[in-house]
Amino acid sequence: MLVRLVVMAAMILFLWLAVRKAKVVPGRLQGFLEMGLDFVRVQIVEQTLGKERAKPFVGMFTVIFFTILFMNLAGIIPFLNVAGTSRIGMPLVLALWVFVTYLVVGVRRHGGGTYFKAQLVPAGVPGWMLPIIVPIEALQLFVIRPLTLALRLVANMMAGHILLVLTFVGTHTLLFYSEAAMVPVGALTFVSGFAATLFEIFVAGLQAFVFTLLSAVYLNFSLEESH
Amino acid sequence: MTSAHETPSGIDIFIPPFYDWFWSLIIVGILALVFLKFALPKINAVLDERTAKIEGGIALAEKVQAEAADAKAQTEAELVEARNVAAGIKDEASSDGAAIVAEAKAKAQAEAARIVEAAHRQIEAERASAVVSLREEVGGLATELASRIVGESLADDARQSRVIDRFLDDLDAGLAGKAEATDSAPASSGTEPGQA
Repeated sequence: MLVRLVVMAAMILFLWLAVRKAKVVPGRLQGFLEMGLDFVRVQIVEQTLGKERAKPFVGMFTVIFFTILFMNLAGIIPFLNVAGTSRIGMPLVLALWVFVTYLVVGVRRHGGGTYFKAQLVPAGVPGWMLPIIVPIEALQLFVIRPLTLALRLVANMMAGHILLVLTFVGTHTLLFYSEAAMVPVGALTFVSGFAATLFEIFVAGLQAFVFTLLSAVYLNFSLEESH
Repeated sequence: MTSAHETPSGIDIFIPPFYDWFWSLIIVGILALVFLKFALPKINAVLDERTAKIEGGIALAEKVQAEAADAKAQTEAELVEARNVAAGIKDEASSDGAAIVAEAKAKAQAEAARIVEAAHRQIEAERASAVVSLREEVGGLATELASRIVGESLADDARQSRVIDRFLDDLDAGLAGKAEATDSAPASSGTEPGQA
């Protein structure tokens, strides 16, 4: 998707502009960027992982959050008109990054045996239930968590894109290619398109937040001592 | 222009269809206007406030630091001054002490001289009185001795007195070489043996 390259270029440009004249006392643009970075660091990562354990992962989650946010916002930008995250590739890559990270961190911290046993065999479960529980937990750990991360994001952005296209096509057709009587309906679809655009802005932020927050939660499972 | 019914091909794959970018452009344009007119000033105010807060914090910290440095410098200056004052007091005290010692010494010397002088004078007086009493005694003894030798012939008072005076004058002349302070002695001693 060409959109992703455009968004990437825009992100780099924005960061360069904000950081180019970075000072101790920030100007407006730098202040705005700092507020965004602080939001990810404090509200998402440190709240979930705790201040000390969060330190090595703040960078990763910041990249994930802002990449998703910018890619999502492309969905409402004229001439781009599609979110970079509305095809499975990008969400899948990001989800795999999180997936590999939480596995590696878990194994490194607890050792392979302890980690997988803690994850797959919940404490206090009676022995005869393990044949059911262990496959479910394994499915959860190896498939469901990364896959739902990617699918939730792509489905939200795809649905948003379809909603926007629907209202735009409706407005266009009803205003220019239909009888005069249909013009008020066209006005209605235009208003809907307006509302959908606002909603998509909200969803763009929300999905970036949800993806990052859940990634932090999954990583936290790997860092926890025992369950 | 691509209609919604055709499948795009070529470069159109990468360019959104007309209805898409056209209507989103209008909507985003309206949103941008609203944003620039109403939201942006508020956001800028918040960002400016943040900047001002950070600047104020830094300025405050610098001010506090400068004040602390000032206070420290002042304290040190006061300390130096106090040391100087203490040294001055010490010098003064030691010079005062020296003066007092010198004064005491001078006083003591004067006192000693006075005591020595008094002692001399007393010794002199005692010597004089010893000379007087010795003369009396010697006069008496001599008279007695002479009267025993010569008998009653010397009973006459006038003669006796003359003889004694003459004798004592001779004696004085002998003594004068050793003591000069007894010059007045013959006058007084001349009468005393007479009474005795």
